[in-house]
Amino acid sequence: MSSETKKKWPLWEVFIRSRQGLSHKHAGSLHAADAEMALENARDVYTRRNEGESLWVVEAVHIVASSPGDKSTYFDPANDKVYRHPTFYKLPDEVKHM
Amino acid sequence: MNSTLFDAYVADEKKIEPKDWMPDAYRKTLVRQISQHAHSEVVGMLPEANWISRAPSLKRKAILMAKVQDEAGHGLYLYSAAETLGVERDDLYLDLLEGKAKYSSIFNYPTQNWADIGAIGWLVDGAAIMNQVPLCKCSYGPYARAMVRVCKEESFHQRQGFQIMLVMTEGSAEQKAMAQDAMNRWWWPALMMFGPPDGDSPNSAQSMKWNIKRFSNDELRQKFVDMTVPQAELIGLTVPDADLKWNEQTGHYDFGEIDWSEFKRVIKGGGPCNVERLAACNKAWNDGAWVRQAATAYAEKKSSNATR
Ligand SMILES: [Fe+2]
Ligand SMILES: [Fe+2]
Repeated sequence: MSSETKKKWPLWEVFIRSRQGLSHKHAGSLHAADAEMALENARDVYTRRNEGESLWVVEAVHIVASSPGDKSTYFDPANDKVYRHPTFYKLPDEVKHM
Repeated sequence: MNSTLFDAYVADEKKIEPKDWMPDAYRKTLVRQISQHAHSEVVGMLPEANWISRAPSLKRKAILMAKVQDEAGHGLYLYSAAETLGVERDDLYLDLLEGKAKYSSIFNYPTQNWADIGAIGWLVDGAAIMNQVPLCKCSYGPYARAMVRVCKEESFHQRQGFQIMLVMTEGSAEQKAMAQDAMNRWWWPALMMFGPPDGDSPNSAQSMKWNIKRFSNDELRQKFVDMTVPQAELIGLTVPDADLKWNEQTGHYDFGEIDWSEFKRVIKGGGPCNVERLAACNKAWNDGAWVRQAATAYAEKKSSNATR
């Protein structure tokens, strides 16, 4: 058991496309020795009730994520750019559709 | 972020995600609760697996296999949620195998006959659902999301159990007696699933402040009794509690005293099946060792071939 615990199966993130026309959405994660096993296990665990028509599995270490500490520097600048939204522009009443 | 800000943040119904700052005690509480929950799903497969090969029909066998397979999945969702808190699934699982981790005391009772499978689905999964539905709104995102999946799958578990009981109570006198006997044996352990009484549950208040828990143990237990007693009446089963009666004033059922000494004994390892359950988990783990090793060796060989 001890030699085995040193070689842990990597973690994979599972994404499911619930039906054609929609994008893949994160569903959860699992451990598997390789990509093939990750895909098979994802099917067995996450799609037993017609949850999807297509699966992606991505080894978790390959996901690059922004960190919570960067939240304000990354996302706050969007707050003061109200002119990016159509509601910023007042139109004369005569213009019905634009 | 600090503890005071954190407390206000979660009290405001905001969610915490894996890499966010959180107090150590919050993280520890979640790791303990989620891993115990995961272990319960895994050990919970054993009493029912006992009857897969002896289910009374092919249909019942297929249903029971589907249910047990779901419980394995629940274990996986929950271990995954725990891992987002910086612990490793294998370490958690080894704690279980070594008898260092807790799991729900209910799974240390034996399944003596087919009616027990009905009683487990109806009462045990019923109690589990009562516990789990509020957890879908837990302040920790990954746990809440895992619980949404779990709860979606649980509802058939309770229904199939109730239906087994319904069919048996409509059967021969002997079948009806079996259903009642199972009810008698599972009722009290099911009530214990909600945990110790509020006065004796030191961590509950903090968990409720952190929006991990939404209702106290006693509140959930009362809800379960109020929901289940009419169901028992409907199928002609008697709840094994002489003190059970409807209270017009409170709008709830009053019920008898739970034997908490039994609860403590079973949690500490003294239940009828504690030894057997751990032995079965260890056997499955050891018997599967060669499969895990072979899969690892195969994956390594394939990746070294690919880079050559
Ligand atoms: Fe479950
Ligand atoms: Fe269940």
